[in-house]
Formats: sequence, structure tokens, C-alpha cells
Amino acid sequence: MIIASSVTKKFGRFKALDNVSTTCNKGSCIALIGPNGSGKTTLIKSILGMVVPDSGFISFNGKNIRKEWTYREQIGYMPQIGRYPENMTISQVLSMMKDIRNKQLGLDEDLVKAFGLPALLNKRMRTLSGGTRQKVSAALAFLFDPLVLILDEPTAGLDPVAAEILQEKIIAEKEKGKLVLITSHVLSELDEMVTGVMYMQEGKLLFHKSIQALREDTGEEKLARAIARIMVK
Amino acid sequence: MRKIVKYVVADILRNRTVLVYTVALFAAAFTVFSLEDNNSKGVLSLLNIILIIVPLVSIIFSAIYVYNSSEFVELLVSQPLKRKTIWLSLFSGLAFSLTLAFFAGVGIPVLIYQPNLLGLTMMAVGSLLSIIFVAIAMLATVIIRDKAKGIGAAILLWLYFSLLFDGFVLFLLFQFADYPLEKPMIAISAMNPIDLSRILILLQLDVSAMMGYTGAVFKDFFGTYSGISFSILVLMSWVAVPVWYATRKFNKQDL
Repeated sequence: MIIASSVTKKFGRFKALDNVSTTCNKGSCIALIGPNGSGKTTLIKSILGMVVPDSGFISFNGKNIRKEWTYREQIGYMPQIGRYPENMTISQVLSMMKDIRNKQLGLDEDLVKAFGLPALLNKRMRTLSGGTRQKVSAALAFLFDPLVLILDEPTAGLDPVAAEILQEKIIAEKEKGKLVLITSHVLSELDEMVTGVMYMQEGKLLFHKSIQALREDTGEEKLARAIARIMVK
Repeated sequence: MRKIVKYVVADILRNRTVLVYTVALFAAAFTVFSLEDNNSKGVLSLLNIILIIVPLVSIIFSAIYVYNSSEFVELLVSQPLKRKTIWLSLFSGLAFSLTLAFFAGVGIPVLIYQPNLLGLTMMAVGSLLSIIFVAIAMLATVIIRDKAKGIGAAILLWLYFSLLFDGFVLFLLFQFADYPLEKPMIAISAMNPIDLSRILILLQLDVSAMMGYTGAVFKDFFGTYSGISFSILVLMSWVAVPVWYATRKFNKQDL
């Protein structure tokens, strides 16, 4: 569904992405793991077209995404730090997004309700705590029932109850046959969700394996320990 | 595109700055017209206010607004929208709001005291200047990513167009006083939208008779229809070129 081939991106002299090639298919939940500054967010932003690669290309459903924009209708994106117009209330942000996406029906409002956002609808974005902002970001990512979900550190800043709700939602969406791309530093929570792992370091994609293959290779059952073993090597 | 323009305009109007700007223009225009017994002298005083205030407010407000809506832009870029649409909507929203403010603030007094060709020229020139400086501000913000530096650059650009450029022209005139510079001056004046606007309005007034030989050459050129169309075309390209270049740059920008 998403194919990246030899994607390279430099910020000045720093290589954020170095010849990254990979394929992500439907029905899988892929964890994007790596140390800070290893290029995970840059890769995600390149898929969304927010960062323009220096060389290489990314295709979505067989179409090169450069100069395309309609493919983003199929993507729900939850950024690492959700930044919203400060003067708008939650309900204004929600209705604006519905207006922009031109979709008023067939919305998936599970998360809006589960996070208790209806009670906060008149609060301005400026007054929200970091966790509540994350809830709004998550609710927006799932709202339009997209085929692909891209979640950049979704549970960072969420309270345990909300994190649990989000995890269950991610699993449910994966079961529906969607592609979920997720970055996280909390490996223990990924265990029950992911079907594949991409490991990045210094802008390079070191490997992209299914979780079974990873378990067999390292002889470890838990993802956290398997990754620890690879990092030590 | 209409949708995003709507959100931008709503956001700008919710911001009080534009309202204060409108009221200030309105107050200034009324004061000037009631102080001068001759309406055409009133226009001249108002012209000087407009040529300073309109570019200043347009360029600085637009620069600050674009920097402050970086979140909004970031949010929109991850949505199924063309980058060009987002950027041009931002431009149209700003240009529309500031032109509207100008029309409300200066238009009403001018229509009351000076409802003729002169007044209309002034309205047209003022609106064009608003739009031109929105365009220049957006070009500055897309080139300079840092907010403080960008706003500094916007202020410097305004200073350049309204003061430094004139100094430069005067310097040139004195240095080359022995040569016939009247015709090159027409070309040089095209390089500054504020000067061009001033000339356009001054030539509608009788004072142009006092500008000597240069005034005569200007009258000869800018007084004709082809001269007026030339200056309007130049002013238009002061909008089109910055917007075109900024859009191109924004298309390739990383967010």
C-alpha cells in the first residue's frame, strides 16, 4: 500500500533519512522503532508530504505522492505534538476538519466519546493540557475512518485509562484490515498490537521484519528484550 | 479554497487588530478632511498618511499573522488539500481583510468629501498597496523561517520602501545632476510601489505643476492612458511576482 524507495532527506549536513526503502501492506500494524533523532518522524512526515525528500520517491496505492494530495483522504495522522489554532474551541476544530474533509456522514466518533470530549467542546485549544490535546489529535486521526493510520507516539502524555482505550481502538482498526504505522518508545505496550517492526538508526532503516521473524531471530518472546538484544549487538 | 479563506477571514476578524486599524484610518481621514477647508488639500494630507500607514500595517500584521498561523498551516498540510490552495487561501484571506478595513476606514470619508476621480484613484491605490504589502510580507515569511528575524525583515522592508528608497533616489539625482534623468526616473519609480502610487495621485492634483521639468515629463507619461495602464500593470505585478515566488517556495518547504 505504501512503498518507499531510496528516500533520502538532508537537513543541512545532517542526513535525516538515508536511502530508506520499504513496503507497508494492508492489515498490518507496523511499529517504527529507533533512538531519538533516528528519522522516524521525518519518514512519517515524508509519507504525509509534509517533508519533501531530496531523492527517492514514495508511492501510495501505486501512485507517486509528489504533487498529489487526494491520497491524504485515506490517511489519519496523529502528530507527536498536536498543534492547533489556539483561538478555536474543540468543537470548532472538529467541525472545521469535517468541513475541510467534506465528510459529515460515516464518521467514527468512538474515540471522541470514549475520551469524554463532548463535555469539553467549548474549551479553547489554548487552555487544554498536553494530554487533552493528544486526545483531540487521536480522535481526529480516527474520525474519518481512514484506510491508513499514522500515529506518532500516540500514548505519550496520555493517562493510563486513555492509553488503554487508544490501544484497544488501534487493535480493533487493525483487525478491520487497516494499515497502522505507529512509533513509540514504550515497547511493552506495542507487544499486543504490532505485526511487524521497522528499526531505524541514524536515518537508515536497519530492518523491517514481521514480529515472528524477529522473535525467532533473537530467541526472545518480548519485543522489548528482542530490541534490546539487537541494540546491544 | 473558499472554505479555507472563510476560516482565515473569520480568524482575522476575531482578532481586534484589524478593527483598531479600521477605526484609526477612519478617525485620521475624518480629522484631515475637517481640518482643511480645501478638500483637495485634505486629500493630499490623507495621501501622506495612507502611504505611510497602509504599507506598515499590511506588512507587519501579515508577517505576524502568517507566523502565528504556522500551527494552522501544519494542520492543513496533513489534510487532503493542495499546498497551493492553503497558501493562496492564506494570502486571499489577509488581502481581503486588510482591503476591507481600508475601504471601511478611508472609503467612507473619501466618498463623503471627495466623491470624484481623485477619490476613486486614491481608493484603488490604497487597496492595491494593502495587497502588495501582504504579498511582500508572505514572501518574507516563506524565506525566513525564524519569527523574530522575519518580523524584523518585514519592518526593514517597509523602511526601505517608504524611506530608504527615496534617499537612494535623491542621492542618484544629485550625483547625476548633469545628465537628463527624467526618463530613467520613470523606470526607477516603477521599482517602488509606494512612489508609483504617490505619483499616480499627485498627477491628479494641481500641485504637479510645481514639480518642474521632472513633473512635466511625469505628467507627459503618467498622465496618458497608456501611462496609467502601465503603472497599474506594474502595481499588479508587485502582487503577482511575490505571490508566485512565495507559492513556489512554500510548495517545496518542509514543515
